[in-house]
Amino acid sequence: MKEELYTISVYSENNLGLLNRISTIFLKRHINIESLTVSNTEIENVSRFIIVVNMTEENVKKIIGQIEKQIEVIKAYYHTNDESIYIQSALFKIKSSLLFDERQIQNSIKNSNAQIVTVSPDFFVIEKSGRKEEIEALYNELLPFGIMQFVRSGRISVSKEEMKISELLNKQLN
Amino acid sequence: MSTQKISGAEAVVKCLLAEGSDLIYGYPGGAIMPVYDKLYKYQDKIHHVLTRHEQGAIHAAQGFARVTGKVGVAIATSGPGATNLVTGIADAQIDSTPLVCITGQVGSNLLGSDAFQETDIISISTPVTKWNYQITKVSDIPEVFAKAFYIAKSGRPGPVLIDITKDVQFDTLDFKYEKCTEIRSYKPVPDTDEKSLQIAADLINNAKKPFIVFGQGVTLGKAEEEFKTLVEKANIPSACTLLGLSAFPTKHELNVGMVGMHGHYAPNKLTNECDVLIAIGMRFDDRVTGNLETYAKQAKVIHFDIDPSEIDKNVKTDVAVLGNVKSTLTKILPLLKEQKHTSWLQEFKDLYQIEYNEVIDAQLNASHEGITMAEVIESINKETSGEAVIVSDVGQHQMIASRYTNFVHPKSKITSGGLGTMGFALPASIGAKMGAPEREVVAIIGDGSMQMNIQELGTILQTKAAVKIVVLNNEFLGMVRQWQELFFDKRYASTVMTNPDFVKIAEGYSINANKVTNREELKSAVAEMIASDESYFLEVCVENEGNVFPMIPTGATVSDVRLK
Repeated sequence: MKEELYTISVYSENNLGLLNRISTIFLKRHINIESLTVSNTEIENVSRFIIVVNMTEENVKKIIGQIEKQIEVIKAYYHTNDESIYIQSALFKIKSSLLFDERQIQNSIKNSNAQIVTVSPDFFVIEKSGRKEEIEALYNELLPFGIMQFVRSGRISVSKEEMKISELLNKQLN
Repeated sequence: MSTQKISGAEAVVKCLLAEGSDLIYGYPGGAIMPVYDKLYKYQDKIHHVLTRHEQGAIHAAQGFARVTGKVGVAIATSGPGATNLVTGIADAQIDSTPLVCITGQVGSNLLGSDAFQETDIISISTPVTKWNYQITKVSDIPEVFAKAFYIAKSGRPGPVLIDITKDVQFDTLDFKYEKCTEIRSYKPVPDTDEKSLQIAADLINNAKKPFIVFGQGVTLGKAEEEFKTLVEKANIPSACTLLGLSAFPTKHELNVGMVGMHGHYAPNKLTNECDVLIAIGMRFDDRVTGNLETYAKQAKVIHFDIDPSEIDKNVKTDVAVLGNVKSTLTKILPLLKEQKHTSWLQEFKDLYQIEYNEVIDAQLNASHEGITMAEVIESINKETSGEAVIVSDVGQHQMIASRYTNFVHPKSKITSGGLGTMGFALPASIGAKMGAPEREVVAIIGDGSMQMNIQELGTILQTKAAVKIVVLNNEFLGMVRQWQELFFDKRYASTVMTNPDFVKIAEGYSINANKVTNREELKSAVAEMIASDESYFLEVCVENEGNVFPMIPTGATVSDVRLK
């Protein structure tokens, strides 16, 4: 079976230590996490982990089983790229002088739908959200001019499928 | 409900009492002293057993839990006290034993400062606990303990660890205890799909060669009766895993032995002949399946289990029946037809005869010099009439005890299965004897294993636990030596043991002791040991280079099980 990028979404109680518990599941099986994001959700006190991994579907199913087994995990799902809407964010810090010396930079910002977040006498900061490839394209365009700092977030995503966590929580309590 | 202001330490003891835990095992130290002070106050209500090492405490708690089906409790201080529990926690996790472990921790103001005896036991224990929690707020104590007991014993049982900072043990709270009955993110028992029962029943009803492999799930689900009824009605040959031993009487006509690396010939061989393989409360461990690529490929697989993550984990399942086996076996019973699988059962009997002729007979009726381990087990069978709880350690003696003991009652076999923890049996037998004082408890231990927790003889001395200890001494780390003989051209690297005088050691702990070197003395020595009302230590010098057969070499197929 071939490996593919899967986005794993874990709905859980907001508890200390759960991140550790979930990451050991991957560590134990020597699976590299491509990206990891934790945030609160639309439901009070419920957190969501978004974990991107490259593995076979058979193994991702087993991982989901191990994750759901954790006491404080409410539900875990996995989706392919086609089944989810996802983006990542990146920040580029660049010397301010370049903005005026190198016209190509302005074109790149415009063409890639990036935004200038702040401009100071020494540097300016570009923010770009989108798919990883789009961020990489902008990165490659800006690289020749010199990037002072670059950082990219983990993936955030929502699924096309409905997840019904509130319903699930009500059902388990009744 | 009325409340009262008490210290966190006293709250811990009251939580234990509220959960009915009046027998606990542990070892004191700085960061848990306030709790021990309250254990002193409540000593007429709660019996704390002082072991000689924290590992002894947790294995004793495991032995207690396994023999009673209740939650075992182990308590230790921070730092080394906590880390010494880790092997037992891992053992309980892989063998699904319900435990609540309580560890002291440095004061919350010192957390993360590398304080004296500080270890991050929460991080250390995370991969080997079902759940863990560090209490840094005194008011959390009742709720966390209630959750811990609920989690440990519900669903697929497992170990839970509660770490309590020292300041919290001194702080006071209004104590009010309510048992936990649900946690919104936790579903201990999955729903059973009624359709899966019918599909499974149809497969079983139409099978010509159905075969059951059952594990500890039958015992944990208290489903021994339901299991027996089902097996008899559908007339299906049934084999157990190592932890399934004693859930179904050894001598039952439909009990065809044990599967796995050193299991019986017939069930291993015929795993690859059956048309429907029915797995009940077991997890297809690699020691059971051998090479997965060639394991029961011809068969439709039905898997009854309480843990959804076990389905398809190792063996692809055609029908998964989720739920507690007590309920799923009850539900499927009316759907099953009464059957007779006489010729199929005969295949098992024929292969047993081959195993008997080539292996068992020579083991039980040896005429060569050197007592065999099987002869010792057989003597114990005779003297106890199969009524004893057999606690075995890890190694050759464990496999022989598993293969040759005649089990009559459930919960009669306690051993470290999944983790294979040497040093398990001596402390576990103490817990087992305390949990079932009315039963004979016999620990079968190798000379290597005996020396891994030999200090627990001190616990026997102090508690007078009437455990019978049999050391099968072959002056080798026998199982590793067997592999060295078979696969490493007899290069006995670090497996030769120069042993102490075990009898003197036992006598040093005021335990009656005897040593047998000749076959002729064996029967009377075992009889004298069983007749004793007190703890008793029997060393039997067995043949040095005996091997355990049958055997499925690592990576081989189950049907390639070797008789020699």
